[in-house]
Amino acid sequence: MAYDFPAMNIALNVNGKAVSVDVPADMPLLWVLRDVLNLHGTKFGCGTGQCGACTVHLRGRAVRSCQTPVSAAAGAPVVTIEGLSPDGTHPVQVTWKDLDVPECGYCQAGQIMSAAALLARTPRPTDSQIDAAMNGNICRCGTYNRIRAGVHKAAALAAGTTASRDAVPGNGEGEAR
Amino acid sequence: MSPVSLVNADRRTFLKISALAGGGLMVAAYIEPLTGFAQQGRQPAPPLEPNAFVTIASDGKVTLVGKNPEIGQGVKTSLPMIIAEELDVDWDTVTVVQGDLDAKYGQQSAGGSTATPGNYDLMRRVGAGARHMLVAAAAATWNVPAAELTTASGRVMHAASGRSLGYGELAAKAAALPAPDPASLTLKDPKTFKIIGQRIRSVDLDAIVTGKPLYGIDVTVPGMLFAVYQRCPVFGGKVATANVDHLKTLPGVKHAFVVEGGTVGNGLLSGVAIVADSWWQAETARRQLKVTWNEGAAATDSTASFDKRALELAPQPPMPATRADGDAEGALGSAATVLEAAYAYPFLNHAQIEPMSATAHVKDGQIEIWAGSQTPGSARTLVAQTLGVDPSAITLHLTRMGGSFGRRLYNDHIVEAARISKEIGAPVQVRWTREDDMGHDLFRPAGFHFIKAGLDASGKVVAWRNHFITFTADGERATASSGMGASEFPARFIPNYALHTSMIPFGVPTGAMRAPGSNAIAFVTQSFIDELAHAAKKDPLQFRLDMLAGPLVVPPPEPAPAAGRGGRGGGQGAGWDPARMRGVLELVREKSGWGKQTLPKGTAMGVAFHYSHSGYFAEVAEVSVDASKRVKVNKVWVAGDIGRQIVNPLKAEAQVQGSVIDGLSHLMSFEITIEGGRALQTNFDQYTPMRMRNAPRHIETHFLTSDNNPTGLGEPALPPILPAVCNAIFTATGTRVRSLPLSKHGFRWA
Repeated sequence: MAYDFPAMNIALNVNGKAVSVDVPADMPLLWVLRDVLNLHGTKFGCGTGQCGACTVHLRGRAVRSCQTPVSAAAGAPVVTIEGLSPDGTHPVQVTWKDLDVPECGYCQAGQIMSAAALLARTPRPTDSQIDAAMNGNICRCGTYNRIRAGVHKAAALAAGTTASRDAVPGNGEGEAR
Repeated sequence: MSPVSLVNADRRTFLKISALAGGGLMVAAYIEPLTGFAQQGRQPAPPLEPNAFVTIASDGKVTLVGKNPEIGQGVKTSLPMIIAEELDVDWDTVTVVQGDLDAKYGQQSAGGSTATPGNYDLMRRVGAGARHMLVAAAAATWNVPAAELTTASGRVMHAASGRSLGYGELAAKAAALPAPDPASLTLKDPKTFKIIGQRIRSVDLDAIVTGKPLYGIDVTVPGMLFAVYQRCPVFGGKVATANVDHLKTLPGVKHAFVVEGGTVGNGLLSGVAIVADSWWQAETARRQLKVTWNEGAAATDSTASFDKRALELAPQPPMPATRADGDAEGALGSAATVLEAAYAYPFLNHAQIEPMSATAHVKDGQIEIWAGSQTPGSARTLVAQTLGVDPSAITLHLTRMGGSFGRRLYNDHIVEAARISKEIGAPVQVRWTREDDMGHDLFRPAGFHFIKAGLDASGKVVAWRNHFITFTADGERATASSGMGASEFPARFIPNYALHTSMIPFGVPTGAMRAPGSNAIAFVTQSFIDELAHAAKKDPLQFRLDMLAGPLVVPPPEPAPAAGRGGRGGGQGAGWDPARMRGVLELVREKSGWGKQTLPKGTAMGVAFHYSHSGYFAEVAEVSVDASKRVKVNKVWVAGDIGRQIVNPLKAEAQVQGSVIDGLSHLMSFEITIEGGRALQTNFDQYTPMRMRNAPRHIETHFLTSDNNPTGLGEPALPPILPAVCNAIFTATGTRVRSLPLSKHGFRWA
């Protein structure tokens, strides 16, 4: 896309690929990802860093891409939901599917990226560590209990063990299909 | 929610079969117009064309259409599950696609918790009809009676000869056969169901967890431009002047123009459109917009003045009764105990997580639209009326929606996109910011209830009078979704009952929000009943059971309600069954261990029930409140009766948990304040949804299976949670909450 802005050329590394974009330095990374690079998995929810729908990894940390000027991402590795795994098999993605975590699904890219960043640093998080890491991600559908269970289960999957029984959400019996 | 027809028994369905290129089979259902629409005084359904729900390719690949809009309620999974069950195919072999708006699918909507009651039988017959055709084709092929054939996993089998054929092999022959009369079809014995009643995951799950484009904001059309649209912050205001010539000089901006605004309700507001190569350029240009407004009559509206006016109206002789059974005034005069209380609740924004957006391309008299809508048929009508085109010129592709809660029952986003595309002659995506979304909603109406009730010496409720104060735009009728029906509980259950309605003029639009009416009224009624139970020194749960066990007052004919148009939204129903409600109350008593535990100081259980959208729900919340008014909802037990069949228990539990958490957001923190005709709150820092840390860790769902037709679950689990928590807070602290949100009273989540 041509930007007849006062734009500058910024070199990015997104999902392992080097790309360069001609955009204003203060353009939020969110809109560069979505509208320049056509990576639509990262969502817009509030534009003020309140909801976490736009969460991506920058230098391995979960950041709100709506609050991150693209210039701050120059040269550093950015990972979006599209690049979390080549084929949707990151432990968080696997357990999100196992537990059918999403309802509308719109916030879930952000939830997954926050959860993945948490597990990268804290492989077996406690409930309060999960609260701390996930509290910035709003889910209006109210999937929080399945998200919590999904984080525990993903941690167990990554460690090659099984999640404790307590991690199963609600009172649902039986496996989903 | 209001634009939706309820299920009715008068619908007749025909099946129609067509051959597909390549030897496939297409099974369609032809649905006669819904007579229920006429009976309800609503728009009649458009003439319906044959509907195509099932495609079987010659290689056996089965594709099913999910006809209703998906907002997270799971309908894109659950309706095709019903087809697949009767079709007798394995679920994991099925592909589901979202149907665009098309008359061949009949009614397409998401609202009023109507998808299951309105489509359960229809979807079964679509599947059974296709299976019937395939069996008939096999019978003809093998020259054996159809009665000797069975089906399973997408194959027809003849046990006597050991032969079998896959559906794909039979599809071409089946397509040439006459369609069966749907009424003659034999449906499966539910005991043999293999798909209905199973815990089936969302059909879009893979796409969601890998970030594939699914939503309105993800739509890309070649040559598409992006627009922001600055609406007058005061509802009904018009643009006076705007520096559009300057805006047009800004980087990337292709067009900037004033839109006068439409005259059709819930449609195009007056504003300034800024169209650019990218949305960020359009949004950046908006910062330089200089606009003056003719703000109009609503500019004097304010929450503070409404609160004042309600208090003035409360003691005045009320308007004529919306309903009057017995002699409420007389019975209040002779009651042993009389309680009086004033309850209130605020305006709410829907706060669906995906802000509004829509993409449209107006070209050569045709309009193509890509957007989420809960009422796509209404969207087409609104665009047609606003742009002055024939509805047949409009194509509407439905996207998945990032939540909705009733917001996209209204199609203002779609009208904006169409209007702007028409002006610029190019495809355009209009995107709202969160601030746009917060400020320009059709808000859940506020309301005031001044209630007086009397108990006799035995503690039985003998009189109830509610002076209800709501809003009106035209001086005659309540605004959308702000009325209260004459049959609202506890009408019928109290011999001397009166409901009066007064209205305050209001220029800000209101609308339906998840469990409209019920989401507020349950708080009032179930809290005040709790007050009565405590005054009668009775167990609050038993007190409710006793109320529901009494002889019913025969309802007089309903007068033309003072609060007409808005009504209550869907599903209130005048004749719900008290026995079913007693059933869920008994169930939640058992599951929660109500009254059987000694809880620590500051911790208590509260109970509430509510009927809405054909669903019976009773809920118990265990709540702890500390000395600093920090509230923790430890556990919630939900008991519901939505009939004999839960289509997808996995999604059913998700809907219940989501309803509880949504209700807790309403309870603690949601409030839109109107000042100067505009909403003061702008984003989630001022309008705070429940976050993970505060959400109850345990929400137990229990369904009572009753021999009634299956009904919906998008809404009815929400209303009881607000009063259940408030009633627990009272028992734990002695503080009775009579106005929302809780945060106004110094409470916050622990």
